Amino acid sequence: MSLHVRFDAITKDFGPVQVLHGVSFDIAPGTVLGLLGENGAGKSTLMKILSGYERPSGGTLSIDGEARAFRSSRDAEDAGVVLIHQEFNLAEDLTVAQNIFLGREKRRGWRLDDPGMRRAAQEALGAVGLAVDPDTRVRDLIVAEKQLVEIAKALSRSARLLVMDEPTATLTPSESQRLFGLIRSLRAQGVTIVYISHKLDEVARITDEIVVMRDGRFVMRGPTAQHSRQQMANLMVGRELSNMFPVRRRPEPAAPLLAVRGLNVPGWARDVSFEVRPGEILGFAGLVGAGRTELFEGLLGLRAREGGTVEIEGQAVAFADPRAAARAGLTYLSEDRKGCGLHVRLPLQDNLTLMDLDRHAHPWLDRRSEAAALTRAVADFGIRTRDLGARAGALSGGNQQKLAMAKVLQPGPRVVVLDEPTRGVDVGAKRDIYFLIDQVAAEGRGVVVISSELMELIGLCHRVVVMRAGTVQATLDADHLTEEELIAHATGTH
Amino acid sequence: MPPAPTDSLTPPIGIDPTAPAPARRGGTPWRQRLRETGPIAGLVLLCIAGTLLNPDFATWDNAMNVLTRTAFIGIIAVGMSFVIISGGIDLSVGSMAALIAGCMILVMNALAPHIGSPVTAVLLGMAVALVLGASFGLAHGLLITKGRIEPFIVTLGTLGIFRAYLTYFANGGAITLDGTLSDVYSPVYYASWLGIPVPIWVFAAMALAGAFLLNRTRYGRYVQAIGSNEQVARYSAVAVDRVKILTYVLLGCCVAVATLLYVPRLGSASPTTGLLWELEAIAAVIVGGTALKGGEGRILGTVIGAVLLSVISNLLNLTSIISVYLNAAVQGFVIIIVAFLQRGRR
Repeated sequence: MSLHVRFDAITKDFGPVQVLHGVSFDIAPGTVLGLLGENGAGKSTLMKILSGYERPSGGTLSIDGEARAFRSSRDAEDAGVVLIHQEFNLAEDLTVAQNIFLGREKRRGWRLDDPGMRRAAQEALGAVGLAVDPDTRVRDLIVAEKQLVEIAKALSRSARLLVMDEPTATLTPSESQRLFGLIRSLRAQGVTIVYISHKLDEVARITDEIVVMRDGRFVMRGPTAQHSRQQMANLMVGRELSNMFPVRRRPEPAAPLLAVRGLNVPGWARDVSFEVRPGEILGFAGLVGAGRTELFEGLLGLRAREGGTVEIEGQAVAFADPRAAARAGLTYLSEDRKGCGLHVRLPLQDNLTLMDLDRHAHPWLDRRSEAAALTRAVADFGIRTRDLGARAGALSGGNQQKLAMAKVLQPGPRVVVLDEPTRGVDVGAKRDIYFLIDQVAAEGRGVVVISSELMELIGLCHRVVVMRAGTVQATLDADHLTEEELIAHATGTH
Repeated sequence: MPPAPTDSLTPPIGIDPTAPAPARRGGTPWRQRLRETGPIAGLVLLCIAGTLLNPDFATWDNAMNVLTRTAFIGIIAVGMSFVIISGGIDLSVGSMAALIAGCMILVMNALAPHIGSPVTAVLLGMAVALVLGASFGLAHGLLITKGRIEPFIVTLGTLGIFRAYLTYFANGGAITLDGTLSDVYSPVYYASWLGIPVPIWVFAAMALAGAFLLNRTRYGRYVQAIGSNEQVARYSAVAVDRVKILTYVLLGCCVAVATLLYVPRLGSASPTTGLLWELEAIAAVIVGGTALKGGEGRILGTVIGAVLLSVISNLLNLTSIISVYLNAAVQGFVIIIVAFLQRGRR
């Protein structure tokens, strides 16, 4: 039942760039293996080779002692290896049952055997503990349910090794708990699981063993229990990582820069009030779906809003769109970097200056002044790039995020809202971003940080607003900021 | 921003030779090169072939003839570039040109007896044409942005509407410009300045203005940003609706200008006026290297694309290799082949 994977001197290059330099290790059958590494360490490429999406340039992959060269993900699937993507591979308009059997439909003669597939889908859903009708369209499921459908789909194809890439990135804590329960029961059934995550607390909790990769090379393996989170982080980065967070400064007592009172965003947020003062980092905590992102989208005019007042530096404002907000001194960086944050196909320069073109137009666009702005931003924000003319999509996740931050700060906003500023960013870049956020606040701007990472909010923020189901549950100051308090308010168990 | 913290893990440096190389996305280099140099190379090859096939091809007169004919489609294609780069499409331009031509002639004919000065009547008619073009474009833009209808559907609808109204106004026949007006108006098409016909000057001016607008103004940058990813543009404080509406207004004005130049050529408008111009204009934009999905494009490419299509049609006329009746078929093949070469760019 369990299967034994062995990587032997696997190399991979994309043209002149070598991303894997001879990686060798085994995955013990029936265990949960945490695969750790910064962005660009090569772990995703290695897993793509394992699951048939990429082919190695050299070395051998053997499964149960037999050398295998998968030509497609389907080949790998036949051997029992399935990769659960971060962005799911589900056809949104098909039903759950149709998705589970996509490409392997059961037939009765010429016709599809719908009742048979529905029954089998029901069983597969039962195995992952998901109680939805197999006839539900995938579009109508929430993210956590889609993920379970993916897993059910893999299991129905008799997967014996599942690769999970950041599976909890979009799950709430209770959904994550359910997933961990499922992972444990799968392991008990002999399924091997490779678990990739930047969240080291999860890795510590759920995995039996860890393998650390760095710069395309295998660094070490060992039992999870013998490594602290700090040790894991140090191994990933390859040097001592001390103080992740900047020293907290006390903001000067001053009149609020942004004051929101009684704001409603129909369907998402009710009667929300908060203030941000100069130099203050205000956190927003809450579960996925608590309405934090939607609250700010409503504030910016991206969604309908009702009632309430918004003041910037004492002036009443009501934004029709983000343009009006930016003019009044409020900018927002979306949590969805590729969908709403950056033009990945456009050059760095066009991305950086898009919100501040007025400054570079007299009235014709001045390329040189734009280029100067880019040079400055690259230095100030520590953006690592080989080529200033590159497209934004060519940067690594952390550097894209720094570019996106530089972009929303270009117009010189009084208040900047950063939604999940470190999502999908490796631990070194995370630290850079924390220090950058602190710098922005030190300049006397107000900063709002929406985050699902409690440690980040606790380490960085002066105060944290906790939302649950669209309402503000509590506003905690630095003295009361603990994980327990935040979770209690966020889940309504205080 | 002051400098980043000095104890940051990533040293704040500019170009970083150790940074990961740009990932291989967004088209391999040869595709990029093909998109930029392909149209001009194709044009050069066609001209060489034309010179070899027929001695009349490489003459000044023939060149001026080809460029004058290019002017109408070329001017429309300049406007179309903005629409396509912003991620839209306009299928109605041929019908719009026909309706504008018909209305303009009707207005000129009607005004001439009352005003006395045929020149004033012609000028007023031209003004009406520009107002009509801008209004049609505005209507498209509003339906597409505020009405949230796909540009394909909106302009497919007006493609039918515009031509039907022209046919109705013309009673199924032709609307013809009065003789005296025609004499006053004809220099707009037939006159030359420095040996180059007026339509070519206008085309050159419109293309230069278009290139300038696209590359050197905020508006042009916003057009590219919206075509590249509308949602990102919206979140980046770009007035998306306004910019998109303006692209259609701009195109409407381009259609009107093209019509102004075209009407004096024949002095009439009929249900076949501007037939398949949408095909030619969109083909010119695509052949010129603009991605149909939006985001990237160059006006110079569009100009070359338009000239290239005219040269093909001119060669069909001058040689007997392919029947001139197959002109539209050749254009159709060219657009499909170019789209094929562009495919796979994610």
